[in-house]
Amino acid sequence: MQVQKTKHIEALTTNYAVAYAVKAADVDVIAVYPITPQTTIVEKISEFVANGELNAELIHVESEHSALSAVVGAAATGARVFTATSSQGLELMHEVLHIAAGMRLPIVMAVPSRTLSAPISIHGDYSDLMNARDTGWVIYIAASAQEAYDTVIQAFRLAESVSLPVMVSYDGFLMSHTVEPVELNDEEEVRKFLPRAVRPYTLNPKRPVTMGPLASPDWYYEFKYQQVLALKEAYKVAKEVDSEYGRRFGRSYGVVETYRMEDADYAIVAYGGASYGNARAAADLARKRGIAAGVVRVRLYRPFPTADVLKALDGVKAFAVVDRAIMFGSPAEGPLYKDIATAMYMHGIDKPALGVIHGIGQRTMYVEDMYKIYTMLRENPRKEVVFLGVRV
Amino acid sequence: MKVYYKTLKDLPREELFAPGHRMCAGCGAAIAMRWITKTIGPNAIIANATGCVEVTTTPYPETAWMHPYIHVAFENSAAVASGVEAAIKALRRKGLWDAGDTKVVVIAGDGGTYDIGLQSLSGMLERRHGVLYILYDNEAYMNTGIQRSGSTPKFSWTTTTPVGTAVRGKIQWKKDIMGIVMAHRVPYAATASISHILDMVNKIKTALEYTSEGPTFLHIFAPCVPGWRYPENKTVEVARLAVETGYFPLYEWDHGKLKLNPPSNAHLDKSKRRPLKEYLKLQGRFAHLTDEEIAELEKELDAYWEYLGKLAQL
Repeated sequence: MQVQKTKHIEALTTNYAVAYAVKAADVDVIAVYPITPQTTIVEKISEFVANGELNAELIHVESEHSALSAVVGAAATGARVFTATSSQGLELMHEVLHIAAGMRLPIVMAVPSRTLSAPISIHGDYSDLMNARDTGWVIYIAASAQEAYDTVIQAFRLAESVSLPVMVSYDGFLMSHTVEPVELNDEEEVRKFLPRAVRPYTLNPKRPVTMGPLASPDWYYEFKYQQVLALKEAYKVAKEVDSEYGRRFGRSYGVVETYRMEDADYAIVAYGGASYGNARAAADLARKRGIAAGVVRVRLYRPFPTADVLKALDGVKAFAVVDRAIMFGSPAEGPLYKDIATAMYMHGIDKPALGVIHGIGQRTMYVEDMYKIYTMLRENPRKEVVFLGVRV
Repeated sequence: MKVYYKTLKDLPREELFAPGHRMCAGCGAAIAMRWITKTIGPNAIIANATGCVEVTTTPYPETAWMHPYIHVAFENSAAVASGVEAAIKALRRKGLWDAGDTKVVVIAGDGGTYDIGLQSLSGMLERRHGVLYILYDNEAYMNTGIQRSGSTPKFSWTTTTPVGTAVRGKIQWKKDIMGIVMAHRVPYAATASISHILDMVNKIKTALEYTSEGPTFLHIFAPCVPGWRYPENKTVEVARLAVETGYFPLYEWDHGKLKLNPPSNAHLDKSKRRPLKEYLKLQGRFAHLTDEEIAELEKELDAYWEYLGKLAQL
């Protein structure tokens, strides 16, 4: 496979980068509904359609519930589909999230993540996404505009390979509205990477099927178990798709990304752009000050890449998991923390692991705060959840 | 209404709604489904809302549907159908649709249309998707065991509007769903009853043809044996009396013109309508009604006919 030679680089926000990926993927049907900070994605896509650059049907739905319902209908009919949402919109879709996964439809949705009401806040954190994490969708959390572009393209390939819907998430505002240089692929090459496959089960009068039936206690469990298996398969396929994408386009990320972890004693585990960027800057600072610090970023969040996360953390003395979402009333309030704690327990690993909640409602998170986490790990390694940056 | 079928002998023979479904004996909706599927022909995709029809016709691994069929949830069948219609358009444009002129049909009950599904219906009508939306109206949430909906008539007994000493059945009037649909200026909307088959199938066919212009809507009256509490051999009789007493007028809205259809076209003259009591007395859900309450229902019905008369003159 030959890596693309001519480079085409544009200055794009992450939202626009996603729109360019959708255009390159030759998507057929897009449901359009505004919500901050998602809106500029569907605005840009609308421009592409208006200018004849993308041959797609836009459905200007009257709610997010209908947005996902419409793309469910379109995907079931055999179309390649896309929609995007954030925050309350993702909550309004929640019922249909389960249905889209249960019906095994290859839907791709972008979710620039935003916090939830009440009180109302339009700003970024991952409260919305974390409420959607157990719905049977594959979930990526990207850390740059470039990665979001690449991941949306990978998502179509993955979704259509394992018959599951895929969410591509990233920081609301901190990424969705921040301009970065993004290298765009040749669209012809993207379309070769995403060949049109005729799916065996679609709504077509030539081959009638009944979709979304009633399942009695005799059958329902089997459907759900097949979803479990499909997600296990998605873990493997996500890696393959990422590798092949790397061979074709020269960029790949793995399902878990590590930074200075080779000899690290102390690690921060994070997801999303701001956390990862700040954690890397803090690791550099810590290294200068004599702490062997590293960072692990979970890129594929569902299915949870247990083996890769445990491997990345194998050599550390203690680590902290930084979460930008709160699971109220949970034994540990950070959702990723709880995932990793579960993974460790199941593999008989016992290590000091600090849970850190930060950046809630886009509360500013400084590199110094992240550096402080490394000093906390070194001076007093413990299992505890701390709330950073909040007035108490 | 275009007349495609003049006599019962002209009606489509091919059955596209398989026997063996779990609908109740005497189910009005089952009669509607049989005629809907026959009339729309095989080249159609059906989107069904959650409800009696959905749960009784799709018990995995069996299905009563010979059409491609999709059920997603209760409130979103119009949105799902919007997606199906858009997908066919896009795929056809790209040379990826191989099934020709495929029609898209929604089937939803009154709960999924008058209440929880009203928003997605309105969105679909506003966007003018070429979809035929068929409401089968049995005037309550029958799938969950007879709870009141926005379609339930005043004074009707349901399990959430029981007849007690302080409150006697449903307090509110039935919502005017046709008025709501017509306000969206759709090319075609019509009422039909499972008791008047020729009228119904001609309207289904007409509404289906008009989907090339935009969304069309059919309001089919479909009595429910357990919910309305009448013997299962009386379904067609109950439906016919609903039409003949003027309780459920047959009319169509064709490009902004309202036209009453036989026998309802004679019913602007009240003396040509059978007494409402004949319709009510067959049903257990109205068994508690006093003469005063029946008089109140009659008064409201007269007012409705006055309104229809004015619309028919537009």
